[in-house]
Parts: sequence; structure tokens; C-alpha cells
Amino acid sequence: MSSMMRGTTDNGLLAPEPDDDGAPFWEFAARGELRMQACGRCGELRFPPRPCCPRCGAFDSEWRRMTGRGSIWSYVLPHPPLLPAYAARAPYNVVVVELADAPHLRIPGNLVAAPDADIDSVDPALLCIGAPVRVTFARLAGGVVVPRWLLETS
Amino acid sequence: MALKDATAIVGIGQTPFARRLDASEKTLACRAILAALDDAGIPPSQVDALASYTMEETDEVEVAKAIGAGDVTFFARTGFGGGASCATVAHLATAIATGQASVGVAWRSRKRGSGPRPWTDTRRQLPTPAQWTRPYGLLRPVDEIAMLARRYMHEYGATRDHFFNVALACRNHAGRNPAAIMHGRPLTRETYMTSRWISEPLCLFDNCLETDGALACVVVSADRARDCRRSPVYVHAAAQGLPAQHHGMVNYWNDDPLTGPSWTAARQLWKTADFGPDDVDVAQIYDAFTPLIPLSLEGYGFCGRGEGAAFTEDGALELGGRLPVNTGGGGLSEAYVHGFNLITEGVRQLRGTSTAQVPGAATCLVTAGEGVPTSALLLRS
Ligand SMILES: [Zn+2]
Repeated sequence: MSSMMRGTTDNGLLAPEPDDDGAPFWEFAARGELRMQACGRCGELRFPPRPCCPRCGAFDSEWRRMTGRGSIWSYVLPHPPLLPAYAARAPYNVVVVELADAPHLRIPGNLVAAPDADIDSVDPALLCIGAPVRVTFARLAGGVVVPRWLLETS
Repeated sequence: MALKDATAIVGIGQTPFARRLDASEKTLACRAILAALDDAGIPPSQVDALASYTMEETDEVEVAKAIGAGDVTFFARTGFGGGASCATVAHLATAIATGQASVGVAWRSRKRGSGPRPWTDTRRQLPTPAQWTRPYGLLRPVDEIAMLARRYMHEYGATRDHFFNVALACRNHAGRNPAAIMHGRPLTRETYMTSRWISEPLCLFDNCLETDGALACVVVSADRARDCRRSPVYVHAAAQGLPAQHHGMVNYWNDDPLTGPSWTAARQLWKTADFGPDDVDVAQIYDAFTPLIPLSLEGYGFCGRGEGAAFTEDGALELGGRLPVNTGGGGLSEAYVHGFNLITEGVRQLRGTSTAQVPGAATCLVTAGEGVPTSALLLRS
């Protein structure tokens, strides 16, 4: 495989490319905080981030800290053909997590066996819709931090 | 002014379908368009309206010049990939019904079989919405739809056997269609169940074919259609659908992700039609992935919410079944050309010339991609 085909980060996983609206999410993630955008006027939470509130039209927003608890809404196990770095880890899991604080805010991520474990570290047999999860944060090569998810053990 | 039956499709054309064709995308487009005009008996110099999709390199300027079109007074391109298919015909029908043009051509040309696919090119920068999905490895359309499919199975008891029913109906129809890529290649349940995964819970046969090929159709007013070479296929109703708070194909964060854009398009479509789902003789339903068929059957009102999977049982989608679907083989077994083959097959059914003809078919629903902002047509003879 040529270096050209290696991907956009050192370990090959794609780094998020934030836009103006999404940048705060990734800045909070880098500090180990899961925060979601809320309307500065009516308080309605929204995801993905955007310039104004679909409920009241206000352009002010704030970033509200979430508890980091949620449950698996759905999941998939991708197999090749995939980008090389993902193919090397396949089958890995991708989950969509429904946040306990706001059930209609569902965010994609990966379930991992430990905070620094890779995206193929959980036995697929443990994946289950409805399973409770809690957030953790992983630092990708290049310094980018992404939220990941751990199964609640209790 | 109403759109209802004001215009008709009077010509269809296509190139061969294959994993690889040597001709360029532009050449394929021109071949399909000229074939459709010849089918209609209309000279290219009379074309004054063009409608196509985005995500194609061949633009309307090149097409107009190459085919020898006259002065063009209407052109439109619709986005969102396979969601655009029926919108191309709808836009031509609207333009012609409102007097903006008189002879319209819609087309799709693709080199998806031999050309590049985005997830094989890591150098490509990620578009903005992908910041929420791509880093986690939700890379391809199949991964995005598989996420909905898993949830659908969980909520409603849909099984892989239901998805197999969809794949089998399309393959059986392709078996009658010599133009289909999968002609002469029957599918068994065992082959399906033991095939490799692409994105669990979806396997190889839940995915459409990567295809090179092009298709086109010609739209004129109902008045003019009566003088054409072929019997007219009327555009009875048309609709687009972009639901409130929708988000591309990763529509996981609105109130109800399992009611996709087809529900929005369907409400508008039936509102303007003289008949309802029970009166549809044959349907061409966008099938980039098998789960899109049960989701669309629900959206367009052929059954209730959550009943789409069970609808596929007992050969319902086969010839002679309750609602024969994708009678040319569809994207799963004829060719994946962003759904345009569903339009041409709908026309064949209403002309009575399909290779899997539904006897006496007089009404046909054609849909575009579910999951993305979509469109649909009701055609009648
Ligand atoms: Zn607000």
C-alpha cells in the first residue's frame, strides 16, 4: 500500500473535519467533555449543530454538558471493501447511541472494551440494542480526540 | 393548472449494462438519449428541455451540443444521488405543462462499475456532514442503511429471510430480462444466507450492482404524445420528499428515523392522484439495498407501519403476486444506474412490453432512493 493510500491521520482512521458549527463539539471533546448544542433562547437541544434554532429561530446557542450516559439505538459491523485502515480492523462496530439526557439526540460512535482500546476490541456478541453505555474519549494519532463508548458493567 | 396526465413519456432508450463499458460517461449519455428520441420519433433538434441528476460529469451544455439540440429553454439538475431519478421526469413534466418547453429529455449515465468510488480514495477531504459519521467507520451507503435495517429488524421482527424475499424477486425478474446483468444467474436461499457480509446485518446480495451504463426518456405534452410513434405513458402524479429535520442518508436523529423521505413524497403523491395504493398494478421501487423495499412499501401506503417485511412473504413481490416489484430486475439484479432503469421499466409495463409483463398493467408507481431526499412518479397508460 502506498503512503498516499494510508489515510488522513497517522494511524489511518479518518479525523473529523469540523465546520464552524461543529467545531465547539470537537473542542469540548478534546477536554474530555461531551457537550451538545442548545438554543440560547428556548433551550431546545439540537444535533448536528447548526447556525439557528429550528424551533424558535434564535441564533444564540450554548453548549450543554451531557451526563455521558446513553443506550445503543442500533449498530452495524462493516466488512471490506473499506478504506485500508478500517479494513485492517474489520469487522469493527459502529453504534448509534441514544443519549439518556435527550433521547432524540442520537450520535454515532464506536463501542470499545477499554478507554484506549481499538474499534474492534468488543466481542460482537456483546452488542445489543438497548444496552446501556457511557462515554469515554480516545486520542487518535495526530492529537484529535473522539468520543467512544463503554458498556455499563453493572 | 394541474400536472395530472398533462404530459407523457413517449420514448425510452438505454445502452448495454455491464461492470465495465469502454465508452465515456458522456458518450453513453448521448447514446441513450439518441435512442430514446428515436424511440419517440422526435428529432434531436426539437429538444428544448433537459433534466438530470448531480453527481455526474456530463453536463447539459455538453449533452445539448453533442446531440444537436435546438435552443434549450429549461434545464434542471436534482441532487442527492438516487433520490433524483423521478424528479428528472417530474421537472420536465412541470416545465412542459407550464409552457416553458415542449420536448424534454431526462437521463442518467454512470460509470460506477469501472469508475472510482469515494470510500476507496482516502485522499478525498471529508464533506462537512461526514464529521459525525466517517471517523467512526460509518463509511459507505451500505453502512448507513444497515444501521436503519438493524433497528427495523429490532422494532418489527423483520428477518434476513424478508430481505432475501426482496433479492429473490428482483433476481427472478432479471432471469426474464436479457438486458439484466444477472440474467441467467438464479439466486438460492442457501447462496444468499452463506454469502459474505458487507455490513452486518446486510450481505453481498442485499446490495445493488456496480454498473456502467446509461438510460434516457423523452417527455412531451399529452396532446403531442398522441401523434408519437409509441402509445403514451402519462405522468399522472409526481412528488419530491425532504422531510422536516431530515439529514442525508444518516437520518438517525429526528423523531422517527424509520419513516424516511418516502413518507413525505407519498403524502403529496396520493393527494394529487385519482387512485390509491390498492389500484397500483405494478411498482418499481428503488432498491440500492434490500431493506429499502419494505421501508418504501410502508411509506407509499401498501401496508401499515412495520408491516413491510411481512408484505414480502408468499411471493407477494413476484410476477402473479400481490404487488410485482422491479420487474426488470431493479438495481439489485438488472443494473444500478441510480434508479433510472425503474422509470424505463415502468414505461415498458404500461406499454405491455416488459419481459416480466403484468397482464393488463395500467398503473405503475416508480420511486427514487429512500433514505435520501427523494422523488416518485405515478404513471398510467
Ligand atoms: Zn430556540
